Amino acid sequence: MSVLTLTIEGRDVAGQTGGTILQVARENGIHIPTLCHLQGLSDVGACRLCVVEVEGQRKLFPACVTTIDEGMKVTVNSERLAAHRRRIVELLFTERNHVCSVCVADRNCELQDLAVELGLTHFDLPLLSPQASVDATHERFGIDHNRCVLCTRCVRVCDEIEGAHTWDVMGRGTEARLITDMGTPWGDSNTCTSCGKCVQVCPTGALFEKGRSVAEARRRRPYLPYLVAHEGRTR
Amino acid sequence: MADNTIVIEPVTRIEGHAKITIQLDPSGEVADAHFHVTQFRGFERISQGRMVHEMPSLMARICGICPVSHMVASAKACDEILGVTVPPVGVRLRRVLNLAQIVQSHALSFFYLSSPDLLLGFDSDPALRNLVGVARQTPELARDGVALRRFGQRIIERLGGKRIHPAWVVPGGVSRPLEASERDSILAEIPDARERAHRTLDWFKKNVATWADEVAHFGDFPSLYMGLVHEGGNAAYSDGLLRVVDSSGWVMADGVDPTAYGDYLGETVEPWSYLKSTYFKPLGYPAGIYRVGPLARLNVAERLGTPAADAELAEYRERLGRYPSSSFHYHYARLIEIVHCIDVIDEILSRPDVLSPHVRARAQINRNEGVGVSEAPRGVLIHHYKVDDDGLVEWVNLVIATGHNNLAMNRSVLQTARHYIKGDQVKEGMLNRVEAVIRCYDPCLSCSTHAVGQMPLQVDIRDAEGSLLRQVSR
Repeated sequence: MSVLTLTIEGRDVAGQTGGTILQVARENGIHIPTLCHLQGLSDVGACRLCVVEVEGQRKLFPACVTTIDEGMKVTVNSERLAAHRRRIVELLFTERNHVCSVCVADRNCELQDLAVELGLTHFDLPLLSPQASVDATHERFGIDHNRCVLCTRCVRVCDEIEGAHTWDVMGRGTEARLITDMGTPWGDSNTCTSCGKCVQVCPTGALFEKGRSVAEARRRRPYLPYLVAHEGRTR
Repeated sequence: MADNTIVIEPVTRIEGHAKITIQLDPSGEVADAHFHVTQFRGFERISQGRMVHEMPSLMARICGICPVSHMVASAKACDEILGVTVPPVGVRLRRVLNLAQIVQSHALSFFYLSSPDLLLGFDSDPALRNLVGVARQTPELARDGVALRRFGQRIIERLGGKRIHPAWVVPGGVSRPLEASERDSILAEIPDARERAHRTLDWFKKNVATWADEVAHFGDFPSLYMGLVHEGGNAAYSDGLLRVVDSSGWVMADGVDPTAYGDYLGETVEPWSYLKSTYFKPLGYPAGIYRVGPLARLNVAERLGTPAADAELAEYRERLGRYPSSSFHYHYARLIEIVHCIDVIDEILSRPDVLSPHVRARAQINRNEGVGVSEAPRGVLIHHYKVDDDGLVEWVNLVIATGHNNLAMNRSVLQTARHYIKGDQVKEGMLNRVEAVIRCYDPCLSCSTHAVGQMPLQVDIRDAEGSLLRQVSR
């Protein structure tokens, strides 16, 4: 495997062939905001928060799924990128019903953290305020579709780590919803092992442990140490 | 002269949005008067489909003044649904939080909203008739008001993590035990708060004679009174059972378990207000008019249960009789309650077991229905939920203190208007009295219509055909 050299934010860096811009940036301590990416799971480039500029290219590239090239010049922070990222987070907030003040994940939420990091102080876009349901049929866990950002971390952790593949996504666009099995209530799922990995990897309060009140979600990321061992499995 | 209606809109120095209309007859005498609550919130609908564990915090968002009262009533309804017994220290810590809430809310009502009328006069210049005017004339009184409100708010912050909308009260108890350092900081502030509360009460007692005319015409009529009492008759604030007495002290209902509130209280909707009116079912509508809140609590309870407050209560009853019936006395009762609440907070926090880590009981959904009742600063607050087997809320009914008082507030407005208003050329100070009678009840309209913002008020004067003759608004 050969080593490629490139510049990120004007710094000369190096990475192995097949590595992604995100990997190389993180190895070199360069911060790129992410949401759907979770170290140890495959990357799908769903959220588009990690978009970067590559010199000579007009379009933007998601750093998590773009492999590095020799001599590539990557820009991570620019006004254009900041505006895009802020708009992406705004779209996520306005698409469903995110009300931090009554959310189990308040102060423990990656979407909330991103809003703070990216300086999203208000919405220009109208709220869609959809009628989304809560599935609380599982004995220990629940899913509140009002708070789901469709990052699909739960889908991937269930498939790639637990091997159960209980979760999937049904529908398109604003109608897309996470489903368990073939759209049966979670509590009736034949495949769910009740391992709780999906709840642990959820960046928002969409997946929660029942019995927890507002701001009581605790994401125990070290609960999944083996995920880290899978680092590098990205496509 | 033609028939008139006076409209006061918006009503100022109250919590929420409202207006008052006063209907005049052809001779210019007041024929009828209504207190309209003009805002709508819809929390009973918003909460449908939510997890029951969210309810205390969701319900707290009804109000920025008394979020704690809603949290406590809501959590009690949730306790029922979980089927748990809250650990005793959890119960007591919730009680401290609720009492702190009552102290800060009473301080807001008395000092910020009503003291300008009392200190500067009902007829004084409206531009100066506010807390700043009070601070100019009697800085000491204004400082006491600010300090007492801060005292209550700081307790809420220390226990719950923040002053407004703390997420500390949860189904089954409270989310974390009290720390010794927090307890010590609260206890250290008690002597100062107590001194300020007594000083204010003494000031009020010294001056009460100067408001004799208002006392006689600010909603002075017989009605029922409802409040929570402990077994033995001591006033209860977070726990206890409902008691209803009439103006002569006849006990109309006692030991009523909150879950049976529907057997005793009926709700009706009037076309002129978003605020539902409740009445005492056995007497029907509108004869079943009753009052809740400080005046009612002191009427239904045998005693408060702390020595200093009970001495004040004895003097109150000596001055006003055993069952004072003028709504003006809400102010007096409120000040006695501040004294009592501070003493109970002291008592609970001085107990050696208050730092116990056992403050929460956990359980899954064990019942599909729960009713929680607590005394909010303005009176009895009822939260009633039905949930499905998974714990998702299916139905909610909230009966708010201001709703209990709606009939009484309307009757009070009419009585005050009849006494002070003749014809449509009324002085501002007279209209201010019509607003001030509403302030006695310290209504929280945001809560009762389950609003955001300040509380403006408008008075309309209409003729018999309903055309507007005069409108006074701020």
